[in-house]
Amino acid sequence: MSVSAIKLAPVMQSVPAIKIEQVHKRFGDLHVLKGIDLTINQGEFFGLLGPNGAGKSTLINILAGLLKSSHGNIAIMGHDVVKDYQAARLALGVVPQELVFDPFFNVREMLRFQAGYFGRGRENDAWVDEIIESLGLTDKAHTNMRKLSGGMKRRALIAQALVHKPPVIVLDEPTAGVDVELRQLLWEFIKKLNRDGHTIILTTHYLEEAETLCERVAMMKQGEIVALDTTANLLSKLPGKNLRLKLGNSILPAALLPMLKHGENGVFTLALTDLNQIEFALSELRKANVNVEDMQLIEADLEDVFMSLVGGKAGGV
Amino acid sequence: MNLIDDAISPAWRGTYTLFKKELFRFWRVAFQTVASPILTALLYLLIFSHALEGHVQVYKGVPYKAFLIPGLIMMSLLQNAFANSSSSLVQSKIMGSIVFVLLTPISYLQFFIAFLAAAIIRGFLVGFSIYIVAIWFVDLHIMHPLWIFAFALLGSALLGTFGIIAGIWADKFDQMAAFQNFVIMPLTFLSGVFYSIHSLPPIWQTISKFNPFFYMIDGFRYGFFGQADISPWISLVVVVAFLLALAWLCLKMLKSGYKLRG
Repeated sequence: MSVSAIKLAPVMQSVPAIKIEQVHKRFGDLHVLKGIDLTINQGEFFGLLGPNGAGKSTLINILAGLLKSSHGNIAIMGHDVVKDYQAARLALGVVPQELVFDPFFNVREMLRFQAGYFGRGRENDAWVDEIIESLGLTDKAHTNMRKLSGGMKRRALIAQALVHKPPVIVLDEPTAGVDVELRQLLWEFIKKLNRDGHTIILTTHYLEEAETLCERVAMMKQGEIVALDTTANLLSKLPGKNLRLKLGNSILPAALLPMLKHGENGVFTLALTDLNQIEFALSELRKANVNVEDMQLIEADLEDVFMSLVGGKAGGV
Repeated sequence: MNLIDDAISPAWRGTYTLFKKELFRFWRVAFQTVASPILTALLYLLIFSHALEGHVQVYKGVPYKAFLIPGLIMMSLLQNAFANSSSSLVQSKIMGSIVFVLLTPISYLQFFIAFLAAAIIRGFLVGFSIYIVAIWFVDLHIMHPLWIFAFALLGSALLGTFGIIAGIWADKFDQMAAFQNFVIMPLTFLSGVFYSIHSLPPIWQTISKFNPFFYMIDGFRYGFFGQADISPWISLVVVVAFLLALAWLCLKMLKSGYKLRG
């Protein structure tokens, strides 16, 4: 994928791309967002992480004008999303999480309509064609949206968010349900957009994705931000490593159970606070006469940071 | 349409694009949205005119077949104006594609104008097509074209607005079908499409006068024959009043984001 021409005009760097101040959202008695404060600077690649129900999508929907906050303000490139909503929406491109589409039109028609909604006329058609090419949709430009595969629909959704050249792009779980090959392609595409000056806000379940792409992340839990820092700083807060063992049988000696993070099908991950614990673990395995088939020492990752902050099971993020 | 695309100012291009998209949407399925209502109206014409011609004379000097045509045109025009905005909205809400419009700078007023204009165009297209086909079968003179145009415009605008309200309110297709079958259809059939309210018992005449569809059809019919059940000026006032009331309600719903922006 090439995105050669997706370059942004210089803008005032002093204005944050997104400024969120004391945003609350209530659905009846349910307090979904509890006073979110967050500033995302222009050009950042920002990750918004959290389990289902943490409030990520609610926050994104308020940002996009699809929901109204109960209290607080949000500005996109200095434009309030309520009082100055037209300028705010012109500055924002949103890739929704669901694979939504209009079944009456083909890819090119749909993109031209979307550009028109943002006040762009025929002078924008060349740009639409360029996005189509950049996202590998050229062969599908005249295909009805209904007939596209899930992966192609995902690409078309990303194209739709870009038709009006927004400086700020929100991707809500862009790689959910996407195969490995397309995930890599999308990552490269999004990284290129960021290098060309777009501010990227990514919400994801895949912590590996956030770790690879995002310079800074916010972790949300039950409507609050529980961590906000650069990815590197968050990782450095957990100096421990993990020891992954593949054992000849599926029973771990009782002495090692306090260190167990995860175990399945004879593969156990032990959390280490000190490298001396490796020798301890191996001696316990020898004592129990357990055969070690494979052993790996793994750095702590965002998932560990997340687990230490929000608790719960690793797979539930 | 390219010339219009170029001439329109960027501030109104969003509205125009949404309007154009709504036109293309119904035109893509024109067999269902245009041809089908024309056929239905012609079947009504064929059956009712054959069954009742010679037995019923509503206005002096006007054959029943000729009397029937303006009613059928207006009925189809109203139903299709309603169907256009309501079905588009409920479908895009259920499929989720409404977000593509909600994410844009298009204001609630522009949203209203675009959906309304497309509903009016579909109503006019269906109504005019029925007229063109019907004049092959019936000698139909037009006495007051301006009254015809005025009631066609106001009627399609009223039902287009009603369709937007229904589309916003309905969360499921069956709610929309209930709206059509239990509200629109009875009001249309009990409005004097097939008869003059003077042929009804007094109680039904009184009830009919609470039905806004009666005024739209009666005023429209006046444009053809110069005769109507009541003065076209009264019908005009009633229809304009209903239109303003529904437009106010619709704009209030859109401005508040009711069922569109939580």
